[in-house]
Amino acid sequence: MEKSKEWPLWEVFIRSKQGLNHKHVGSLRASDATMAIDNARDVYTRRSEGISIWVVPSNNITASDPSDEDSLFEPANSKVYRHPTFYDVPDGISHM
Amino acid sequence: MTTKEALYNYTLRMGDDSLILGQRLSELCGHGPILEEDIALTNISLDLIGQATLLLDYAGELDKDSRNKDQLAFLRIEKQYVNILLVEQPNGHFGDTILRQFLFDAYRTALLERLSTSKDKRLAGIAEKSLKETKYHLKHSSEWVIRLGDGTEESHLRIQNSLDKLFRYAHELFYENEVDNLLIKEGIVPSAQGIYPVWEKTVNDVLEAATLSLPKNNWKFQGGREGRHSEHMGYLLADMQYMQRTYPNMEW
Amino acid sequence: MMEIDNKELENKFQQKIDRDIKIEPNDWMPDAYRTTLIRQISQHAHSEVVGMLPEGNWITRAPNLRRKAVLLAKVQDEAGHGLYLYSAAETLGADREQTIDDLHSGKAKYSSIFNYPTLTWADMGAVGWLVDGAAIMNQVPLCRCSYGPYARAMIRVCKEESFHQRQGFEIMTKLAGGAIEQKEMAQDALNRFWWPALMMFGPSDADSSHTEQSMKWKIKRHTNDELRQMFVDVTVPQIETLGLTVPDPDVKWNEVKGRYDYGPIDWDEFWQVVGGNGPCNKERVDARRKAKEDGKWVVEAAMAFTNKRNSKKSA
Repeated sequence: MEKSKEWPLWEVFIRSKQGLNHKHVGSLRASDATMAIDNARDVYTRRSEGISIWVVPSNNITASDPSDEDSLFEPANSKVYRHPTFYDVPDGISHM
Repeated sequence: MTTKEALYNYTLRMGDDSLILGQRLSELCGHGPILEEDIALTNISLDLIGQATLLLDYAGELDKDSRNKDQLAFLRIEKQYVNILLVEQPNGHFGDTILRQFLFDAYRTALLERLSTSKDKRLAGIAEKSLKETKYHLKHSSEWVIRLGDGTEESHLRIQNSLDKLFRYAHELFYENEVDNLLIKEGIVPSAQGIYPVWEKTVNDVLEAATLSLPKNNWKFQGGREGRHSEHMGYLLADMQYMQRTYPNMEW
Repeated sequence: MMEIDNKELENKFQQKIDRDIKIEPNDWMPDAYRTTLIRQISQHAHSEVVGMLPEGNWITRAPNLRRKAVLLAKVQDEAGHGLYLYSAAETLGADREQTIDDLHSGKAKYSSIFNYPTLTWADMGAVGWLVDGAAIMNQVPLCRCSYGPYARAMIRVCKEESFHQRQGFEIMTKLAGGAIEQKEMAQDALNRFWWPALMMFGPSDADSSHTEQSMKWKIKRHTNDELRQMFVDVTVPQIETLGLTVPDPDVKWNEVKGRYDYGPIDWDEFWQVVGGNGPCNKERVDARRKAKEDGKWVVEAAMAFTNKRNSKKSA
């Protein structure tokens, strides 16, 4: 079978409603950015799951190396004071 | 002719255009050129079937024989369908499909924009809802016409052929008879004169970007609005009406 | 030295799986895990896409506007599901075009149920109800699969599929309660799809080569026979509700085991269909191949257009 010139792969990010972050939902093929947005709309928002779409060529994403996981992420694990559950809040106090 | 009769006829035309084009596109579901575009074409088909449902539902209420939307969609004889010839033309290759869609979308968008302020509230409501969908169809088909026109040598040749073949069916988009005259006078529908320049501009802009040229042959096919169809229509109806004709008077 | 490292990595990998920690694309994984997943996910993707064809066969003939729209939306969903799954396979390094070419060359398999023809409108009911029903049974546990992208794709698929089985059952309900011709049509569809639906869960556990390793890796959560039994147990009462007859005289409630017994499956037929001799194997693959070949100039044109525009921009 003859190889055709395959369209590049794009990663798709969708904002499901105002006030939320764009979230990665998957990927698709498209020849250019306009088409990637169109295709993302048809493929990933058939049930009105989104109000805003980002597309990024997959090969433009730089990912951290999972074997560095320990050095990159463990320090954060020890900084528990960043997490709100670290603090004791007396009973009866709400809205915090 | 009363206003109600004219309105019935006009709504039926729009309903039939949507239904027949939606039916044609639905033939492609599962056979699109690439998975993403298969989904996109099916979306357009779904939108058109949805628009046909609203329009035929309304036509049914205006019908002197009180037929419901499904009776109108599935149980008329060929001569009673009043869609234009363009929408019943076969899918051909992807260039044919997308060019047919583009000529129609450019017209439908211009029409719906004006119809959404119609004095007839029901029609205005349907137009407003459909407009959102149709604008997107136009964006999609325009982009593809440009890509194919300005793509490879082969794609340019193919879609130029599609244009030469299908442009002869475009003039019928602007067909008018006493139905239109009456409704225009009452401020219910826009006139073709108002829509044509908008359509023409869209078509010219897109064809220019696509490096395509209008065919020299300016023959104008028509007849669909009066129930005179092309040979393709009989097969389309035989397929579409199969269940209703084979098993009369049953619920599904 | 390398070997020791691999052993250690494999142990760490299995520990992660045992602790229900998901594996993500860039994580280390044994080659066999990757290969197994690529095979399973791409087969699954092919099944979605080939699965569009038997139902697509009735879209233009759907009996009313509502049914036409619903069927169209359902078949479109299948294209979407195929795409989610090809995407998941791509995260493992399986290039989509190559994966699809393997389908077209006959190298890759897909669910053999789609090699059966759809002969009447009732088949739209039977396919939605039985085939999607069996698929859901298979897919729900996959939402907890150890491979992150696959599990996430399956969550999406399962969420969207909830209407598919219902619309199928609704069609059957309408037919079963309709005119005599409609009821006969419904029974006929059930007769033709019952056994192939049971075969959808794959060979019996004794003959399933991949099950044990896949369960250890949590790519699979139940055995084929367990899932098949669950399917029989929920479906038999539904057949009775419809007032139709179970097309297997051996089906009866087993008090002791608390489940339905059923008759022997014709595994010879199963292997024949898997091997390419089903009624529609050739038509299905041919249709998919033709779609790609017909679309080749379109794909090339779009790419050429993009390249032209990009070079204009940089010029």
